[in-house]
Amino acid sequence: MAAVAHVPAQAHAQTNYLNAQKGVWSWMTTVDHKRIGIMYLSLISTSFFLGGIFALLIRLSLLNPKHMVFGKVIFDAETYNRIFTLHGVVMVFLFIIPSIPAALGNFVLPLMLGAKDVAFPRLNLLSLYIYFVGAVFGIAAMVTGGVDTGWTFYTPYSTTTNSQVTLMTMAAFILGFSSIFTGLNFIATIHKLRAPGMGWFQMPLFCWGIYATAIIQVLATPVLGITLVLLMLERSFQIGIFDPRIGGDPVLFQHFFWFYSHPAVYIMILPGMAIISEIIPTFSQKTIFGYRSIAFSSVAIALVGFLVWGHHMFVSGQSPLASVIFSFLTFLVAIPSGIKIFNWLATMWRGNIKLDAPMLYAISFLLLFSIGGLTGIFLGALSVDIHLTDTYFVVAHFHYVMMGGTVIAFIAGLHYWWPKMTGRMYSEKIARVACALTFIGFNVTFMSQFLLGSRGMPRRYYNYLDQFQPLHAFSTYGSWILGAGLGLTAICLLSSLRKAPDAPRNPWGGRTLEWTTQSPPIEHNFDVDPVLTHGPYDYRKPLPVEVEA
Amino acid sequence: MNWMRSLMLPMAGSVHAREMDNFYIFLVLLTTFFFVLVAGLTVWSVVRYRRRPGVITPHITDNMGLELTWSVIPLLILMGVFFWGVRGFLGATVAPGNSLEITVTAKQWVWSFEYPDGTRTVNEVHVPVGKPVRFVMGSQDVLHSFFVPTMRVKQDVVPGRYTDVWFTPDVEGLHRVACAEYCGKGHSDMAAKIYVDSQEKYQHWLEEGGDEWKSISPVAFGKLLYESKGCSTCHTVDGSRMAGGGPSWKGVFGRMEMMSDHKQYLADENYIRESILNPQAKIVMGYEPIMPTYQGLLRDRELNALIAYIKSLRN
Amino acid sequence: MSTTAQLVQGHHDPTLQHHFHTKEQQFETSKLGMWLFLATEILLFGGLFVGFALMQQKYPQAFLLAHHHLDRSLGALNTVVLLLSSFTMVMAVWAAQTSRKKLLVWLLLATMACAFIFLGVKYFEYSHKFHEGLLPGKFYSHKGDTVPNQFVFFSFYFMMTGLHGIHILGGIGAIGWLVIRALKGDFDANYYTPVDLIGLYWHLVDLIWIYLFPLLYLIQ
Ligand code: HEA
Ligand code: HEA
Ligand code: HEC
Ligand code: CUA
Ligand SMILES: [Cu+2]
Repeated sequence: MAAVAHVPAQAHAQTNYLNAQKGVWSWMTTVDHKRIGIMYLSLISTSFFLGGIFALLIRLSLLNPKHMVFGKVIFDAETYNRIFTLHGVVMVFLFIIPSIPAALGNFVLPLMLGAKDVAFPRLNLLSLYIYFVGAVFGIAAMVTGGVDTGWTFYTPYSTTTNSQVTLMTMAAFILGFSSIFTGLNFIATIHKLRAPGMGWFQMPLFCWGIYATAIIQVLATPVLGITLVLLMLERSFQIGIFDPRIGGDPVLFQHFFWFYSHPAVYIMILPGMAIISEIIPTFSQKTIFGYRSIAFSSVAIALVGFLVWGHHMFVSGQSPLASVIFSFLTFLVAIPSGIKIFNWLATMWRGNIKLDAPMLYAISFLLLFSIGGLTGIFLGALSVDIHLTDTYFVVAHFHYVMMGGTVIAFIAGLHYWWPKMTGRMYSEKIARVACALTFIGFNVTFMSQFLLGSRGMPRRYYNYLDQFQPLHAFSTYGSWILGAGLGLTAICLLSSLRKAPDAPRNPWGGRTLEWTTQSPPIEHNFDVDPVLTHGPYDYRKPLPVEVEA
Repeated sequence: MNWMRSLMLPMAGSVHAREMDNFYIFLVLLTTFFFVLVAGLTVWSVVRYRRRPGVITPHITDNMGLELTWSVIPLLILMGVFFWGVRGFLGATVAPGNSLEITVTAKQWVWSFEYPDGTRTVNEVHVPVGKPVRFVMGSQDVLHSFFVPTMRVKQDVVPGRYTDVWFTPDVEGLHRVACAEYCGKGHSDMAAKIYVDSQEKYQHWLEEGGDEWKSISPVAFGKLLYESKGCSTCHTVDGSRMAGGGPSWKGVFGRMEMMSDHKQYLADENYIRESILNPQAKIVMGYEPIMPTYQGLLRDRELNALIAYIKSLRN
Repeated sequence: MSTTAQLVQGHHDPTLQHHFHTKEQQFETSKLGMWLFLATEILLFGGLFVGFALMQQKYPQAFLLAHHHLDRSLGALNTVVLLLSSFTMVMAVWAAQTSRKKLLVWLLLATMACAFIFLGVKYFEYSHKFHEGLLPGKFYSHKGDTVPNQFVFFSFYFMMTGLHGIHILGGIGAIGWLVIRALKGDFDANYYTPVDLIGLYWHLVDLIWIYLFPLLYLIQ
């Protein structure tokens, strides 16, 4: 980092996007993608916190089979069912789907492209408001009694239970539009607003990841929308499509649901992978290996990902032939993820690696996502999935990819771009400790769940056999370590806002355009519109002096 | 490899289960290999190439050979995994023609079974060892899933259609059925027991409905039935009220019960008997008419034992 | 808006937003955005089409009998009306491109008129169905059906034509807004993006009806 050490810190009085305009109103009516990104970031972090509280309650209840905490039963079965449902719904719809694209993507995508804003700034603000309205509906559903269907809303349970299913599906429906508009905006931005000289293959890989994600957001989310509308109508008017009592087909709902929700898992992971593709070259000070493979594999995952939804339904009663085909396609879609992993490894090879917090998180991602992905192979294999489906093995699988993958990548990106977004350097020391705690806590929490699942512990269980107690307790202890790690992360980042050194333009020595503007950027991003002369990740020369203030 | 098996998997109760276990262990080894590869290369790079000032890294953009290697090798391996999975799966889809067929009805939150000869049981089923059994399943309300961990089989039970699942048990003793598709409040309590019996024991059970009753008191037998016939999913015996369930049996016997039509009845033997065999006849005030009928599901001696047990809980 | 950008690039065109370099870029971006939006619309309806196809496969007889309750000639009339409106919309875009400001207003009004006629006809059809109890789901009260599950057809009929009707209403609102701006003289050969985009939207709404009509009214 010697090259950047001498970059003068910026004068405090400098104007930037944060202080260019003042007052709450200026935030609420802003069309600046950076401010919108920051607002998303705070809403999304709040959602994650809420979902995390629910998670800790789940774990607390499962600490022992009698649900005793300090000699008291903490929840009955009905409350437990509501808690895991709300945990899933909050984490999926309010947190992880918008997380990276809407918060970090909004902030850095135009910067990386050398653009002044996203293609449709007002639509961007509208997405934020739609998200907010959706969240209000979600909260309304929670405070008026919650939902007890599981986040999958399977019929006919969801059409007959008397919990707040209609309000909650309404919330998910509205949130879907927010996601669609964000995706639409990003596709148009990437197509049309790249800086002069930036061809498709000079674009940073983050943009490719966001692009692939946006394709899924735009093409899959409307199907979820209509499915949720059908569910609401079935519930209130008995239209006869999903409820077998009136001639409907419950398995049809599952097809509709997973047609969105499988591609949605790639909405979750592709942006995470996109962040890793930025961090690894930067902290290895080496050009990315296999740029095109990484870019194309994102698009391949997005497209093939549309054809594998039936792997969630191997025991649902769908035809065996369908199961065989879905299993085959599931294995195909695993290949591009593997390609990425190996390309990242090749990038680090012969690099010049520094283990700052973003890189530590990126490495955590590499390991945890590999475990999550490789256990996905178990689930894609037909005969094995029959045993494992709807057990804690699946729960462990998806937490390894979603929490160990996406959330860790999100935190990695948050540290990586924190200096750019806030103009402050967080404490590297605290961040590393927090990363280690999170890593350890995470593995303790979820490694045990693979064993629980393969030994036959079904998911969504309030009561369980005594034989599973030690592993459950182990998992619960892990969740506390994990909570401590995440709490420390929050403290580390937030405290940097009050008192911390000012950030230089390019603290990590990155080679993408966002590092060429000041930290935090000015209102319209660049003093001079950037023109590209070569692609990203070129480390042939030592750090250029582009970083002076 | 046996320690892995016993660490990771429940006891295997059939040939199919043992075959799946082999496959499972293979996958564990395969994925461990790839994980160690990824983790090893990462750690090695981080240590070997840690940051030194002034280093300029080589500009390596790609390498067709490498790219192909790490695309094609995993592809081939995964195709192998795919075929192995399909083989185990297809082998298990169609039950042999000579299977013993048991009809299963799933209902929130009890499993009931019916044998070809009309014998009916709740939350408990006896099958002979070494003979294929096929369960033909239907649901009366929402989705459930019939999961027998020791047999490595699982199948959703879907209202409005029939699904089936089969296995050939070859280990005698107790095996468990769990409900693996979320079905509401009692989902985690929706369990049944499968007793895999020797041929003779099985025959004897079919004729007599088991022997416990001979060796224990009616009250103790009634207590067993309270657990095994599913009463415990809705009734407590300690006076507490279960949300969404029925009245506690504590103190019922001999009390005047108020019905939802405001009539009162003395809870005597006849009342209890009717409550079990024809629960919809009189609905206790403040409860839903959700109790299933046990007509045809209980032998007379079982009914008597249950009544004796409820009697024993009087205040 | 952006003073810096305008200084740097030195343009003063009020219809060019600060984050675009040129008007072509801005126009193409808006158009791309519209196409993407239309793609989401197609998928939204797509879900209903697939659902309809599957339920029709499940209850072919019920669907066949149920669809006899629909009035083919009214459906055909509405098809013609919508096709006509598409034509006037095309002409409106042309009028905008060629700066025929008065003509533009008239053509837009004609398009709106067609939309109202369409809704009027739909109103008659709906009230007829209401009268006979041919309603979706639990409201279905038609007497004398020989085949069960005909209400499923009407669930879909109302969902699909209802969703389509909402889109027509949205279109009327959008075209109304165009009329107001056209009256102010906002559109000419230099700037007609909104007319073009709403035109695209209107064609899609029309196209969806072209699929709905044979699907619902002409079951074989
Ligand atoms: C971020 C989200 C995410 C991601 C990325 C994935 C990725 C994958 N998932 Fe996962 N999955 C979920 C989220 C995700 N999943 C969720 C939420 C559920 C459950 C929902 C619910 O029921 O509530 C689920 C459930 C689920 C099921 C259904 C289980 C069941 O209910 O029975 C299946 C079955 O096939 C599956 C498979 C896979 C596969 C094959 C991948 C692959 O894409 C993984 C590819 C990656 C790798 C394979 C690792 C790296 C590769 C190498 C190191 C190369 C070498 C590898 C080999 C040679 C094998 N997943
Ligand atoms: C993005 C998705 C996501 C994420 C991040 C998580 C995170 C976690 N999940 Fe979640 N989970 C789901 C998505 C997710 N989950 C889904 C979709 C389901 C299925 C639901 C269903 O079946 O319908 C599920 C189900 C599920 C179950 C299974 C319930 C059951 O089947 O009965 C369990 C059980 O252990 C669990 C646990 C956890 C834990 C311990 C975490 C932890 O990683 C959480 C960590 C977060 C925190 C701990 C909060 C932050 C903490 C702080 C800010 C610190 C506090 C402050 C100080 C200390 C100062 N989850
Ligand atoms: C699915 C839930 C459920 C199951 C299983 C169930 N019951 Fe009930 N039971 C109820 C409910 C609800 C009531 C109260 C409403 C009524 O009177 O039907 C009830 C009432 C009764 C009563 C009358 C109690 C009183 O206070 O007057 C008796 C006796 C009884 N059940 C016995 C049994 C027995 C014996 C079994 C098992 C063999 C059983 N029940 C299984 C739900 C259940
Ligand atoms: Cu029955 Cu879960
Ligand atoms: Cu999936």
